[in-house]
Amino acid sequence: MAFLLTCPNCGDRSVYEFRFGGELTQRPKPDSSSNDWTSYFYDRRNAAGTQKEWWYHKFGCRKWIVAARNTITNEVSETAWPDLG
Amino acid sequence: MLQLFRKERMWEKRPLKDRYDVVIIGAGVHGLSTAYYLGKLGVTNVAVLDKGYIGGGGSARTTAIIRANYLTSQGVLFFRESLKLYEGLAKELDFNIMFSQLGRLDLGHTDSSIFGLRQRAEINQLLGVDSRMVGPKEIKELVPAIDLREGKTLPIIGALHHPPGGVVRHDAVVWGYGRGAARQGAEIHPFTEVTAITQENGRVTGVETPDGRIEADTVLSATAGWSSTIAKMLDLELPIVTHPLQAFVTEPLKPFMRTSISSANLHVYVYQTDRGEVVVGGGVDPYPTYSQRSTLQTLESLAGHALEMFPFLGRAKVLRQWAGLCDMTPDYAPVMGRVDGLDGFLITAGWGTWGFKAAPVAGRSIAELIATGKTPDLIEPFGLDRFRKGKLVNERAAAPAAAIH
Repeated sequence: MAFLLTCPNCGDRSVYEFRFGGELTQRPKPDSSSNDWTSYFYDRRNAAGTQKEWWYHKFGCRKWIVAARNTITNEVSETAWPDLG
Repeated sequence: MLQLFRKERMWEKRPLKDRYDVVIIGAGVHGLSTAYYLGKLGVTNVAVLDKGYIGGGGSARTTAIIRANYLTSQGVLFFRESLKLYEGLAKELDFNIMFSQLGRLDLGHTDSSIFGLRQRAEINQLLGVDSRMVGPKEIKELVPAIDLREGKTLPIIGALHHPPGGVVRHDAVVWGYGRGAARQGAEIHPFTEVTAITQENGRVTGVETPDGRIEADTVLSATAGWSSTIAKMLDLELPIVTHPLQAFVTEPLKPFMRTSISSANLHVYVYQTDRGEVVVGGGVDPYPTYSQRSTLQTLESLAGHALEMFPFLGRAKVLRQWAGLCDMTPDYAPVMGRVDGLDGFLITAGWGTWGFKAAPVAGRSIAELIATGKTPDLIEPFGLDRFRKGKLVNERAAAPAAAIH
């Protein structure tokens, strides 16, 4: 199902202008165990419900954004610039 | 003659018991084929539960293509066995599964795609799968309607021909396995949603449903696109992301092609059914979702790419379009078998876009694992622990491999 994403820079745009960048995950510390790194690389919550995820505005401002989307209804409740700490 | 008039029921509705040897979550083609082969191994105290009607998830939405012309030795051996089981399945189940062995062409449009197809031809032949490279002349003989004009962005320069590939009536496979399983004693319980999985000291002990708690020695999740929602009940994360795959079908046309055709470069595959309808499907959608609604954008891109091969289809009307959920793994190979640290729980998932064609061998292998406790060699490479061991399979000959990574 198609939907709109609100790019903080460009406004409401079709999802087909964006590239999906995966669900938001926490990168382990460099000295974390190999098990933690494997989980980071491969394991996904793949939530049926709201999840935070990366999107790249490929055919727009070419910025990465973070959206909260319900994966069942595809309603996007929030979009924001990523918190790069 | 009685069979002709459907006097006999396919399976009986029976009351839900509070204990089974094996509970299978998901009454699709995988769950039911597992129940069927379990019965053949003498394990008959089995319940197959589904939150919806039987065969209503991925099994209802597959484009039903059968083939074994994969790239990795693990994949080719596995799907070769599945194709063999499909060839004998109508007889085995005493049920017409309407297998049309159309043959299959995987088109190459660039030097690099021809290189990939040649590699598959070599590996296929080495492992006894009938595949070989063909040039434009043979492609034209097999599919006279195809547009082979030169000068296009992606001209057709060669193809991998796989004669035993084909198409099966998907519902018939579900029903055949369901009837076969029920005849051996397994119970099928549609509209019985599993709401929780119970465990004690690292051992799964059963499931909870709105109709009550069920104890089981073994619980198998065969829920494909919804596998992560079952895993969540056990605080487990899987290397799976659920993407939809969309397809559409046209109104019936006069027969104009027999061989089914796929193109990785064009992200599209096309075949004409026995009824004359043209089925067009593609790679998975570029973002994950559990929504099974289709999109105009994908219809446009699928149709556009199909027209590159068959321009005259531009006047055909689209009958319907649909989406099915695909549980994609990072290496385009399934995840089958035990889960470390969780006794009594098994998973058959990661069926992506290759689940229907694998159903017979997958069900038989998982049934063997449940009945004997030993992992059959054929599915050994597909264990969940391969990600921890760094032994990924990388099946790049899967339909959407070119599309999402």
